[in-house]
Amino acid sequence: MKPSAFEYIRPGSLGEALDCLKRYGEDARIIAGGLSLVPAMNYRLVQPKVLIDIADIKELDTVRLDADHIEVGAAATQARLLAWPELATASPLLAKALPHVGHFQTRSRGTVCGSIAHSDPSSELPLCLATLGGSVILRSKTASREVGAADFQLGLMHTARKSDEMVMAVRFPLRQRGAGYAFHEMAERQGDLAICAVAAKVTKRAIRLGVGGVAEKPAVREWNDLADSDLDAALNQFAWDLEAGDDTHGTAVYRRQLVRRLGRRAILEARECRN
Amino acid sequence: MKQEAQVGKFVGRPMERVEDASLLAGQALFCDDLPVRPDTLHAAILRSPHAHAEIVSIDTTAALAQPGVVAVLTGKEIKEDSDPFLMVLRVPMDQWSLAIDRVRFVGEAVAVVVAKDRYLAEDALDHIKVVYKPLPAVIAPLDAAKDGAPLVHPAAGSNVVSTRHFSYGEPDKAFAEADRVVELTIDYPRNSQTPLEGYIVVADYRREDKIYDVLSNFQGPFTVHPVMSKALRVKGPQLRMRSPAYSGGGFGTKQAIFPYVVLMCIASRRVGRPVKWVEDRLENLTAAIAAPNRIIRGQAAVMNDGKVIGLRFDQLDDYGAYLRPPMPGPLYRQHGIMTGGYDVKHMTITNRLVMTNKTPSGMVRGFGGPQIYYGLERLMQRVAVELGMDHLDLIRRNLIPAGSFPYRAAAGALLDSGDYQLAVEIATRDGKLDELKRRREQARSEGRLYGIGFAVIVEPAQSNMGYLSTINTVEERHRAGPKGGNVAYATVNVDALGGVSVTADSLPQGQGHATVLTQVVADELGIEPREITCNMERDTLRDPWSIATGNYSSRFSSATAPAARLASRKVRAKLARIAAHTLKTSPDKIVFSEGKIYSMDDPQTTLRFSRVAGTAHWSPGELPPGMEPGISEVGVWSAPELEPPNDADQINTSLTYGFVFDYCGVEVDRDTGRVRIDRYVTMHDSGKLLNPLLADGQVYGGYAWGIGAALSEEFVYGEDGSFLSGTFADYLCPTACEVPEPLILHMESPSPFTPLGAKGIGEGNVMSTPVCIANAVADATGVKDLRLPLTPSKLAALIQGEEPARPQAKAAAPSHPAPAKIRGKSLQGEGTAFVPCPPAQVWQTLLDPDKLAKVIPGCHKLELVGPNSYRADLSLGVGAVRGRFEARVSLTELDPPKTAVISGGLQGPLGSSNGGGNIRLEAVEGGTRVSYDYGFDISGKVAAVGGRMLDGTARVLMNQFFQRLGALTGAPEVSTAAPSWWRRLLKLLGIAP
Repeated sequence: MKPSAFEYIRPGSLGEALDCLKRYGEDARIIAGGLSLVPAMNYRLVQPKVLIDIADIKELDTVRLDADHIEVGAAATQARLLAWPELATASPLLAKALPHVGHFQTRSRGTVCGSIAHSDPSSELPLCLATLGGSVILRSKTASREVGAADFQLGLMHTARKSDEMVMAVRFPLRQRGAGYAFHEMAERQGDLAICAVAAKVTKRAIRLGVGGVAEKPAVREWNDLADSDLDAALNQFAWDLEAGDDTHGTAVYRRQLVRRLGRRAILEARECRN
Repeated sequence: MKQEAQVGKFVGRPMERVEDASLLAGQALFCDDLPVRPDTLHAAILRSPHAHAEIVSIDTTAALAQPGVVAVLTGKEIKEDSDPFLMVLRVPMDQWSLAIDRVRFVGEAVAVVVAKDRYLAEDALDHIKVVYKPLPAVIAPLDAAKDGAPLVHPAAGSNVVSTRHFSYGEPDKAFAEADRVVELTIDYPRNSQTPLEGYIVVADYRREDKIYDVLSNFQGPFTVHPVMSKALRVKGPQLRMRSPAYSGGGFGTKQAIFPYVVLMCIASRRVGRPVKWVEDRLENLTAAIAAPNRIIRGQAAVMNDGKVIGLRFDQLDDYGAYLRPPMPGPLYRQHGIMTGGYDVKHMTITNRLVMTNKTPSGMVRGFGGPQIYYGLERLMQRVAVELGMDHLDLIRRNLIPAGSFPYRAAAGALLDSGDYQLAVEIATRDGKLDELKRRREQARSEGRLYGIGFAVIVEPAQSNMGYLSTINTVEERHRAGPKGGNVAYATVNVDALGGVSVTADSLPQGQGHATVLTQVVADELGIEPREITCNMERDTLRDPWSIATGNYSSRFSSATAPAARLASRKVRAKLARIAAHTLKTSPDKIVFSEGKIYSMDDPQTTLRFSRVAGTAHWSPGELPPGMEPGISEVGVWSAPELEPPNDADQINTSLTYGFVFDYCGVEVDRDTGRVRIDRYVTMHDSGKLLNPLLADGQVYGGYAWGIGAALSEEFVYGEDGSFLSGTFADYLCPTACEVPEPLILHMESPSPFTPLGAKGIGEGNVMSTPVCIANAVADATGVKDLRLPLTPSKLAALIQGEEPARPQAKAAAPSHPAPAKIRGKSLQGEGTAFVPCPPAQVWQTLLDPDKLAKVIPGCHKLELVGPNSYRADLSLGVGAVRGRFEARVSLTELDPPKTAVISGGLQGPLGSSNGGGNIRLEAVEGGTRVSYDYGFDISGKVAAVGGRMLDGTARVLMNQFFQRLGALTGAPEVSTAAPSWWRRLLKLLGIAP
């Protein structure tokens, strides 16, 4: 469990970091908290030739409230976002989901953008981003672009990021007036990766439900004017459509049941939380 | 022995641990922290990705050429330099420190690289080329015990290598007379207890002295010292074993470090320099040790009033691939007390020992107890259910009566003391069982699943070293000579200024032994505990030791602590004689108090403790006639009650027997299957508590692990023997969030058999908590067959019934690769894909090596090695996760352009895979429908650490394959569905998350 040899670069500015990415491309990985990357390197599942550590780039360590979204910079930790005083009003869903992301200790190092970039199918933040319909700011030496959540995460740990781009920031839409939000997760222990996590946004007319941990990436479904009596059937359809698989933590049947039952819990809770 | 001083000034007091200051300040030095010689080299171990395979060849040339590499050792060198390890059984199942000719479990050590540092050593591992010929693996113990099962050790002739049947009392009569027989079969899983620090070995062969000098965190028992020295072909003193004072945790598991000690000794001798090896977490989880999984078929002969009059246990204990000494200890360590806390006179026991292709079993805290009590206490719960009786009433009816101690149990245990009824009484009162029952009633009235569970445990301590000979027949035992006892050593030194120091043979693993030793010695010598310094290191070339030395079987409080008291009494007697000589009185009048020594006749005339001690060092001429100078006394303790097994196969397996009574209330969430522990009460009678704070610490630790065993911890194996629990994200130890505060209660029935009256307390909850929680879940759900761990997924399946059916498929929904079905890590799947060109063109692409190379994701090179047989270099993975593999694939049963069969395998540093599948091409409108199915096994590192991702990875790779196939055949777009013969490739692919 020792990584293979790599070069370590700690640029002091964003420009320098983007230069490095341009130069090394596929061979380089950005490291921020390192919570997913370092274990994978120690197992030698990932063997980057160059690590670019963005810890010293102050301009990336930001949590900012904009007109219609929260923008979190690449070096901002999950703990920082959770402790941000405006979080609960700006994004009730994130406020409910973040305590499920690892533990106090891991959140103090783990970054929001790192979680988005890693795009583990079971992690909470990509699920929230997908459910809220947020976006990712990608930046290379020469260009910057904004990609919607659905177009960013393409599959299992697979994103639209090009090799010379870094995830600069992620944007979570602000709480919508009249909407309620809820987040529920089933993991074997507090802080584990979800066997199934659900994020719900309910407005007067529409129900939007995101499911993580079941398919290769967060899956989101939206229903308009769904009668209460049709809720179970709708959830059952969604559960089956995700093509769940077995692993040692849960069977496909169990995952479908969680989609149905946690999904229902989340939708009912979100409805209660509407304002 | 008669109970002597029950209460001392310090013994029995809740004193803070003397160890904690250095631990909390980060100053304690663990084995890996200790300095080594500057020229020390570092080892890394290549391990088998296969559960069972022949080693066809090993090529180390390329590894030896890597930078910094000094040596690479394989089984060949090990066979030259060592002998196979001794075993408890005389069955041909040789084990060396590296695999020889054959690997028998995933993670078995195959080669070792010695290099300048660990990084370079690990780099070189990837360059060792091992050719394996996979063999059928046998994993489930019942499968292994069947006739015709693949043999783990062909020379043994069977996987069942020991069978013994025991009968006590008149079991047949009891079963004939019983009103009913209640039966339950349990299947106790594989688990372990995981130390923070894994194995550490620093071996230094000192050529000039012909001594192997080993620093390691070996914790005993020293019965394995001769196992190591014999393997190394040296006499005992030539193998110097040193263990540091601080351990990163043991739980028994450090016993199984011994094959690595031998391996590193051989490596050090070969390279002429010290060699250090540090076990990493993946190695620890995969290959260190596991408690044996066990199948117990239990039967109780029961009267309608609830009295259990007979028991039958048929046990099949799974020891994995090798029988390492002191295995099969867990099957016999509690043999004498298989009736638990109950007064049952008639019993049969059948013990069978089975070998499988899994990590060898070894010592784990509880040592057979969790298995036995899962069988016995689940059975008792079933008796209550079937009789319609309250479970606690049933327990009360069957407990060993108060006033009958010492009590001889049917199979030979001599239970020293206790009042089980009183313990139950106190626990139900102080733990407020009534309130818990009201909560159950309330919860049930609201439709929630709430249950209460109970468990009764007799907790043995200080093993009789002769218990393992019970596995031999009476005749064999007579031939071999009697084995019994358990010898403990402690030394008390007093220096010239009266400074007191203590050493002892208990090799603590964090329990706080030094604290208790200062209490024991302080009481005897009339000084303060803080004035006493303990050195808990052990060195076989310096300190006294016996085969019983070590940290196991909760032997400290009933063996080592009494030895320390004997040693301090010798010191006291000597000091008393010196003082009496000076004070002109007799030694029996001498009093030791608060650092002073005086005659009880004249308390005003005092001598300083240091002054008296100094006499023995500074002025031997002043000593009483005949007395030896100096003060250093060794205490040796062995209890006479630990006799060898008798000719009726009765054995007093341990010296002391504590009592544990637990109950808890749990709720099972109907939606998620999660178990929430509402309240947990644990009652202990461990005799005299030497230090109640430490006692509670032991209870907390055992309880926390018990929750893990009950709810989340298991070493999971695939059907093919692949190991699937290689990370702490897969092997789930409870954290603080999962461990609610228990209510801990104590009473004290001092043991008459040990000088301090103390019993063990380190293992009780390890035995009681798993089954107590399971009994509560059984009460909540009504389910009879509960296999641990009770994971949410498993419980949900038991309580939720059939899931809602799949809605009618909408016509022609976009096809998607079917989800792989994972059995263990055997990935199986099927699917279809549409390729918009005719079958002939698809066929041609698949059979053309150049085109095929372009279609296979990550293919660097593909060469034809025979008719329709390929060898390919692949870089497979998803996202940044990638591994290099060599693939060998062949296509057979070709029916152009319709069907083919694919088979083959992959191998690389991340693991290996073997499998096959079918591919069918079918002309449909506008192109070809490709249908495929596949099945393959994945083994090695990737299965151990990446299980969660394998299914998804396989699907991703299949999609890529069909996208590329479509592109190559000129199709603008392909609807991805599934692979085909490629599936073998895919399986290869699937390997690399």
